[in-house]
Amino acid sequence: MAHQIIFFVLALIIATFSILAVTSKRIIRSATYLLFVLLATAGLYLLLGYNYLFAVQIAVYAGGVMVLFIFAILLTNKPGENLKTELPVRRVVAGATAVAGLAFCAHLIYWNIKKVTVLVEQADITPQQLGHSLMGTDKYQYLLPFETISILLLACIVGAIMIARRR
Amino acid sequence: MDILNNILAGQVPMELYLGVSLIMFFAGVYGFLSRRSMLMILISIELMLNAADLNFVTFNRYLFPGQLEGFYFALFTIAIAACETAVAIAIIINIYRNLSSVEVGNLDQMKE
Repeated sequence: MAHQIIFFVLALIIATFSILAVTSKRIIRSATYLLFVLLATAGLYLLLGYNYLFAVQIAVYAGGVMVLFIFAILLTNKPGENLKTELPVRRVVAGATAVAGLAFCAHLIYWNIKKVTVLVEQADITPQQLGHSLMGTDKYQYLLPFETISILLLACIVGAIMIARRR
Repeated sequence: MDILNNILAGQVPMELYLGVSLIMFFAGVYGFLSRRSMLMILISIELMLNAADLNFVTFNRYLFPGQLEGFYFALFTIAIAACETAVAIAIIINIYRNLSSVEVGNLDQMKE
């Protein structure tokens, strides 16, 4: 029962704040609402039993990415100025697209997924298991994507410095 | 009715997790199409990526318990999203330095 109550509280937080984040007039408030959505998503990961993903979500998203966002907002925003949105016609089109997609996907999910609702108990993922599957080259082991991500991060650091430096 | 029975039996059914990520994703779609500031568009993209992560993890946990493919997919997606945000914010700061504005309507001045 406690599991369900926590789920519904987190789901309500995510639904409310993700809609507020895209409709808010001030960009710093949007970023704060995005932070709440990311933290609630981390809570859902914990509820599903993925403790490591919870830690990664908090550290990378709620920590690193949010700091970048707030830094960029404070650098580029003039104080006291509200954001302009697109013309009303564009906003209606955007809203109609979003609602149509939502209805379509909700229909698909409801008619296809309702057969599989059983949550099977699962053993906790140990750090040994994680380390072995990140550092091996067999089936279900992920050394190649791990190294590719490290090269991507390096390229990303170099690229970001090259783009943002003053000429 | 099936959903209601599952909730009463003490489980959170899978489609509720998918519904939460669905709302998050289409809030992101709305923001992406209706805002002008590039930072707001980036925030919308983050919402959509986050919804995709939640879907990976949910499918992994409900359909393939004991395996870890969806878990690693979500892990690598988070890393790629962090890279993408860093580069995008560097580009936005550079555009702001050149045009003193971050609105997408002004971007055609970049080619001059």
